[in-house]
Amino acid sequence: MAEAHPVGFQWVMEAKLRGTKVFHVDPRFTRTSALADTYLPIRAGTDIALLGGVVRYILENELDFREYVLAYTNAATIVSEEFVDAEDGDGIFSGFDPETGAYDQTSWQYAGQEGHSGSMDTTSERDTAAGLRHESHGAPIPGQVLRDASLQHPRCVYQILKRHYARYTPEMVERVCGIPQEKFLELARAWTENSGRERTGALVYSVGWTQHSVGVQYIRTGAIIQTLLGNMGRPGGGIMALRGHASIQGSTDIPTLFNLLPGYLPMPQHDKHRTFDEWTASIHHPGQKGFWANARAYCASLLKAYWGDAATPENDFCYGYMPRMTGDHGTYQQVLNMIDGKVKGYFLLGQNPAVGSAHGRAQRLGMANLDWLVVRDLFMIESATFWRNGPEVESGEIVPEQCRTEVFFLPAASHVEKEGTFTQTQRLLQWREKALDPPGDARSELWFFYHLGRKLREKLAGSDKPRDRALLDLAWDYPTHGPLAEPSGEAVLREINGFEVATGRPLGGFTEAKDDGSTAMGCWIYSGVYADGVNQANRRKPRHEQNWVAGEWGWAWPANRRTLYNRASADPDGRPWSERKKYIWWDEQKGEWTGYDVPDFEKTKPPSYRPEPGTSGPAGIAGDDPFVMQADGKAWLYAPSGVVDGPLPTHYEPVESPMRNPLYQQQANPARKMYPHPINSVNPSPPEGQWRVFPYVFTVSRLTEHHTAGGMSRMVRPLAELQPEMFVEVSPELAAEVGLTHLGWAHLVSGRAVIEAKVLVTDRLTPLRVEGRIIHQVWLPYHFGFEGMVTGDSANDLFGIVLDPNVLIQESKVGTCDIRPGRRPTGVALREMVEDYRRRAGIGPERHDPVVTPPDSGAPDAS
Amino acid sequence: MLPDPNSLAGPLDPAPEAGWSAAPPRMGFFTDTSVCIGCKACEVACKEWNDVPTSGLDLLGMSYDNTGALTANSWRHVAFVEQPRPAGHRTPPFAGNPTGGTTSPSSAAVGATTADPVGTEPGVPTGSPEAAARMSAGPEFLGMPGAQPPGRATGAESRSDFRWLMMSDVCKHCTHAACLDVCPTGSLFRTEFGTVVVQEDICNGCGYCISACPYGVIDQRKDDGRAWKCTLCYDRIGAGKTPACAQACPTESIQYGPLEELRERAAARVATLHERGVPEARLYGHDSNDGVGGDGAFFLLLDEPEVYGLPPDPVVTTRDLPKMWKRAGVAALVMAAAAVAAFVGGSS
Repeated sequence: MAEAHPVGFQWVMEAKLRGTKVFHVDPRFTRTSALADTYLPIRAGTDIALLGGVVRYILENELDFREYVLAYTNAATIVSEEFVDAEDGDGIFSGFDPETGAYDQTSWQYAGQEGHSGSMDTTSERDTAAGLRHESHGAPIPGQVLRDASLQHPRCVYQILKRHYARYTPEMVERVCGIPQEKFLELARAWTENSGRERTGALVYSVGWTQHSVGVQYIRTGAIIQTLLGNMGRPGGGIMALRGHASIQGSTDIPTLFNLLPGYLPMPQHDKHRTFDEWTASIHHPGQKGFWANARAYCASLLKAYWGDAATPENDFCYGYMPRMTGDHGTYQQVLNMIDGKVKGYFLLGQNPAVGSAHGRAQRLGMANLDWLVVRDLFMIESATFWRNGPEVESGEIVPEQCRTEVFFLPAASHVEKEGTFTQTQRLLQWREKALDPPGDARSELWFFYHLGRKLREKLAGSDKPRDRALLDLAWDYPTHGPLAEPSGEAVLREINGFEVATGRPLGGFTEAKDDGSTAMGCWIYSGVYADGVNQANRRKPRHEQNWVAGEWGWAWPANRRTLYNRASADPDGRPWSERKKYIWWDEQKGEWTGYDVPDFEKTKPPSYRPEPGTSGPAGIAGDDPFVMQADGKAWLYAPSGVVDGPLPTHYEPVESPMRNPLYQQQANPARKMYPHPINSVNPSPPEGQWRVFPYVFTVSRLTEHHTAGGMSRMVRPLAELQPEMFVEVSPELAAEVGLTHLGWAHLVSGRAVIEAKVLVTDRLTPLRVEGRIIHQVWLPYHFGFEGMVTGDSANDLFGIVLDPNVLIQESKVGTCDIRPGRRPTGVALREMVEDYRRRAGIGPERHDPVVTPPDSGAPDAS
Repeated sequence: MLPDPNSLAGPLDPAPEAGWSAAPPRMGFFTDTSVCIGCKACEVACKEWNDVPTSGLDLLGMSYDNTGALTANSWRHVAFVEQPRPAGHRTPPFAGNPTGGTTSPSSAAVGATTADPVGTEPGVPTGSPEAAARMSAGPEFLGMPGAQPPGRATGAESRSDFRWLMMSDVCKHCTHAACLDVCPTGSLFRTEFGTVVVQEDICNGCGYCISACPYGVIDQRKDDGRAWKCTLCYDRIGAGKTPACAQACPTESIQYGPLEELRERAAARVATLHERGVPEARLYGHDSNDGVGGDGAFFLLLDEPEVYGLPPDPVVTTRDLPKMWKRAGVAALVMAAAAVAAFVGGSS
């Protein structure tokens, strides 16, 4: 966190000054470790084993916050008797189809709901990264469930959880993660002792957790722990996702993703959602409780914002104009489609895939096979010059004179040269003013898209072709100002907030959304940000002029709530769990919820409220169900739906690993998203014996001094000089084993690429003892590329393409490689070297990365 | 007004001494290295605000320090020291891991042989490998790099303790500033805030200040020959603003304020750290009775100053000037007397 989020880390330091104990788990000792009280080196890609160990520690010692768990989670809910756990399936849950590599989730459902799985076709869910939707709400299931409050029923979630993690003992944690037992117990003790009525603990993670073939399940495991310990919906608790850039949260809320519309509404699929009704009906379950049941109003209001007067209830609000998905249109599928000649044009905005995405060579070769490419960036980045300066030019794979891609480079305005909001990890929107005009031809994104739309509409004006109606009917009338005709950011914010169509009155929040066309709302979760016609994101009341929650600084979605599900900060009767952790409580006198934050609950619904059986929607949420966006009002320890690779997190080895999975026969996540393609490959792992060709584990991440793919730091003198060369960090032990010297050269080889780097031999890296073997890990920064003041080979070139099945994020935090002293070959010899490794590893068209791990051949080198 | 008896050494409020009437309180930096996260925001903010030129694009191999030293082109410098030593009450980071011996001293020694050609004089000179290794090993010298490969260089069985010290260094703005004392043009002057600033339009590039500085801070650019260093953002503090580095520091490791107040805050911080089991915490440059009369920019360190590359007992190089002048005077008189005697004697 200190390494990649130094500004956010100030709050950790402030907490430390007050006596907070900080634990840091990382494959390498970083600037965060330097300031942490306890540092735990871990084998990259084994976090579920570590966290599962903590779950077991909590359950075996009965350290869960029992009243909270009983009342607010699905611990007591009874699961279908058809469910077979991975513990009994040797690493695979019931419902798995080895042909498609996907699960049918029917058997995972709660007892009595087997026919009601909201997500049946997991292959399609995987292709469309359907898991992303659950950032704002739980998966759709019926709200009525069977419960055993004694938690003794063998099929209640609590008992299933206990059995699932029974083998995740401290010994097992040591065997899998390489973390000594004493250290693991120190972590488990501190975490549990710091949770309960009087205390809460927070969990902070970043892409070190997400960028794995089981990334979503890492976070699920963290969520299980935080839920068992009663650390959700309470002050000082929670799970914080640190984002990789400013407003990454904003770019999923109002997404730049192929599969989502604003507010986590799903992008329609052409075969399943032919009509508006089919689309909205698919979003929520008819019997489901909670606020997500109003999704139809959010959908109608969104289309009304898009198409204005043209959108009417009679024409389904122009639903027919909506683009439809036909499958996986994610960034990695796109790149492979480019290589195959199926994609003609590409817009790149604020992204540098030639350096920042996994399998850089595939990225560059894909972009070299387009008709046109538009790059909008602050600097001439690698993704704009790959056709001229990329490594494939040297290897002869791209000939600049013959490269067919026409690249249009458009200079972009930086964040200080345009107005707008940033949304950070707490869902807080903060407005920022423009500090100065952009130089030369540089323009804001808002300017670019508004005027692009305007010009397209001008060119199409008078067209009578039905295909042009979608564009011509758009409500595209934003006021502009200044010599550059910059569109008004506030006008866009007002539309995002939503307004009453007849009067133009800004809406006060998403509860005012209607499905009859009388409201327009660009993003339902952001509704309220422009309440009363005031830019609420621009509020800057100093903290000493308000309470400590500082609710009048900026604006947080939804409804300016700073802590989600904060009804859980009070006990079932509505009283604070403790005076020390008082946050939201029921005021009996006034008959309403009150406290320091905006209550995340219907304001006047008393704790004693119990719905009639069968009630759905918000009225179905009982007075003691704090998780109002979940279909049953409960926090999910067990996910009967919505997580396509299993209802419970399970340790799988990274797709490329030098280790056999110590816990299960199944080696890697069987539901992972794979891309068989001639350019893509996976290095072999045990039980395949050829893993030895790539014996070392590598992981990549960021340095404080640089920003992601380097476009904003390698081009800037005061930053570039701080980390001026590509390097690899190795332990003294590995240096001795391989013959590397400090500040000498090394080259690293995977089945995709060979890259070179200067060597830093440092005590900050350590070998790990795992299953009696010594595992060496190396670390690389991924900031370097071939443009800018400081250049170097790109670490991401080493990775292949394999994704998490829920959200289609790549496994780019762990892979296997070989490391050798000296510089890499150049020119044609470079590809020959990779080919030689591939031959030795058996990588080729005939090799398929096994979905289901074949039985061990008995080869002694398998573990 | 009679000159202060401490004009050349000892406690003193430098601004009034320099002739400022109704001077504001003396301002300074307290840099608390115990909360430094090594982000180098101070270096970047300083360069941006003061438009300081590049200091080279070489990988120095001195942990994450690629700046190397305070120079005319780097007015803040974050030092990174990797050491196989315990840090306070912390659990040893590598306890239970199959580690071998430490490589920190040998890596530091290799790093010390690298230098960045930053276009300044003396710039970032190559260091002494022995000293660098000693710094990295801590007070107990574990031995200097030999012919053995890294990891086998020290005799240590296995490392489990480790700490990574980070410190943002800066001009100390001494109470008795030798650079200022020796400046023949008056380019270096004492501000009303008690800080020491070079006026670049007056500096004639004589370089006397460079050899005078007991910390090796001040340095000169080869292209224009002039001396440059931290101004404690004289332009900003004059306008009531915080210096760029302190403003940018995310963890308040760099604190700016009236020196008296900073000294109180620092003493309280040391006491807190001692209570929390960090007995090695100590202040550096806070004592107005030290060899430079105390620093306007002082530090909280977690080990001996040498570990961070700081002189343990700096002395203002002009302290002995009166004595030297006296001796020189006596010598001159003796010489003159001898000459006279010889002349007189010769003629007699």
